[in-house]
Amino acid sequence: MTTLTVSSVQVSTPDTGRRSLLRDTGIVMTRELKPVLRDPFSLLFGMIQPLIFLGLFGPLLAGSMGGSLDGGVWQWFVPAILVMTTLFGTSATGANLLFEFQTGAHERMMVTPLSRSSLLVGRALKEMVPLLGQAVIVIAVMVPFGFDLHLDGAILGLALLAVFGIGLGSFSYALAIAVRKQDWMFWVVQQTFLFPLMILSGMLLPLETGPAWMRVASKVNPLSYLVDAERALFSGDVTSTTVLWGWLAALITVALGLTVGIRTMLRSAT
Amino acid sequence: MISTRELTKDFVLSRTETVHAVRGITLDVEPGELVAVLGPNGAGKTTTLRMLTTLIAPTSGTAKVAGYDVATEPGQVRRQIGYVGQGNGAGHSQRVGDELSGQGVIYGLDRRAARQRAEELLESLELKDLTRRKVSELSGGQRRRLDVAMGLVHAPGLLFLDEPSTGLDPQNRANLWDHILRMREQYSMTIVLTTHYLDEADSMAERVVVVDHGEVIADDTADALKAKLAGDLLTLTVAPGHLQATARLADKVAGAKDVVAEGDRISVRVADGPAALPELIAAAQHAGVPVATAQVHRPTLDDVFLNLTGRSLREADSTGKAAA
Repeated sequence: MTTLTVSSVQVSTPDTGRRSLLRDTGIVMTRELKPVLRDPFSLLFGMIQPLIFLGLFGPLLAGSMGGSLDGGVWQWFVPAILVMTTLFGTSATGANLLFEFQTGAHERMMVTPLSRSSLLVGRALKEMVPLLGQAVIVIAVMVPFGFDLHLDGAILGLALLAVFGIGLGSFSYALAIAVRKQDWMFWVVQQTFLFPLMILSGMLLPLETGPAWMRVASKVNPLSYLVDAERALFSGDVTSTTVLWGWLAALITVALGLTVGIRTMLRSAT
Repeated sequence: MISTRELTKDFVLSRTETVHAVRGITLDVEPGELVAVLGPNGAGKTTTLRMLTTLIAPTSGTAKVAGYDVATEPGQVRRQIGYVGQGNGAGHSQRVGDELSGQGVIYGLDRRAARQRAEELLESLELKDLTRRKVSELSGGQRRRLDVAMGLVHAPGLLFLDEPSTGLDPQNRANLWDHILRMREQYSMTIVLTTHYLDEADSMAERVVVVDHGEVIADDTADALKAKLAGDLLTLTVAPGHLQATARLADKVAGAKDVVAEGDRISVRVADGPAALPELIAAAQHAGVPVATAQVHRPTLDDVFLNLTGRSLREADSTGKAAA
């Protein structure tokens, strides 16, 4: 049997006062990032995925409608790829939570004093860290091909994506919690929403040439506003109303997402 | 340390079906106690624990844990308690050391202090060599010890353990208990655990709270429960023809009940078996009855449960409905 010495533990949990949401979010995000950073191979493959899509889909797009797109095909397509990466990353992120639900790790964290919203926000923000890396790589690779970088717009564009990503991530968590007893349902529902949202946002192909009903559908798709705003921002147009609509769509998404997500989480512990 | 009054929890499954998982539990636990909550699956043990740890809100009644109300001051309660759930608290994709020191940071330690604290706990729980291992690569026993370490990071005054040793082989169970008891001594912790292992409640806990159908049906030390609710079982075998005479003698032993004569065997329940056995043998010899064999069975907590409910814990387990 090992003998042991235990230092006196000074746990600084004041009896009064609120915990800092920022600090808690940082803790949750750091925890989520650790396995990613400890596994450089998956990180590397994750980083180059948008490039693969860009390399395979971009030339087709350029060939079929290169001339008709404002500012050239890359100015049109690069922001869309970043939105798509955010969309895939954050909407799938509930799967991690689902797994931690099943193992008991989520329950353990629910018993700690961590603020409830930090458990969602921290997890969703974690998806944004690789996204930043991906954005830098995509932009660096595309600049030689004629992509025009406007730094202020690009930074604002990524901030806008982060806000939207937190909202979407929260929805993804709510979904994970709702289907936790039939976990295969998670991917069924996620895919059912993901593809219509994506196609009806004009992300991959412009909708101007599509039938009228598709254009109407895109008007009620919050993602359309986000995609348009990102295209405007990445072209250096930081003050247009298009950008404003994008922020509005992102803020509504994040407000709804957090409300639904936290509610679902608090009700889940049965 | 804990004080509950008429605590209840209903789960509404549908408009027509409500499960009354906990039906009015009143319980007081003093600082320093080691209490086992024993009962079949679905008795309401885990539901009670989940209310005390703020995971679910009570339907009615009150509970104060470490001085704070679980319903109105859950944040304060969470700061004071440690919790080891049924599952694995450590994320499977995480590294052992990361997860443990991260837990320290959650409770307000700075990163360096948290790392040092994690090292100490890993050392004392014999997990040190696994610090850089992924949690998913640990064995069941190692993972369970890590769960306990996670619950102890902030040196809580009160530790809840929900079926801590379920699924472990006897050796790992004993090993886990060694650690828990040592930690308890070190931190003078109050411990509340649930279990459906009878022998575990029997040998480890100083106080056993028996729960069935969401209610406390007995609450005492294991020895007192056995003496009060079951008693020792004396069994004699005697030569044929002396059965009825022996049964009459057995009936006269102090506190005798449940005398059964069958074949060449007499059994009787008494409060104090070791004292009653020589008395009974002497009486038999005095009456000229040759006694062939004599035995005292100390009762188990299963006998206690059987006496209280009319069913054995084992059969209650298989027929009991799982309610969270």
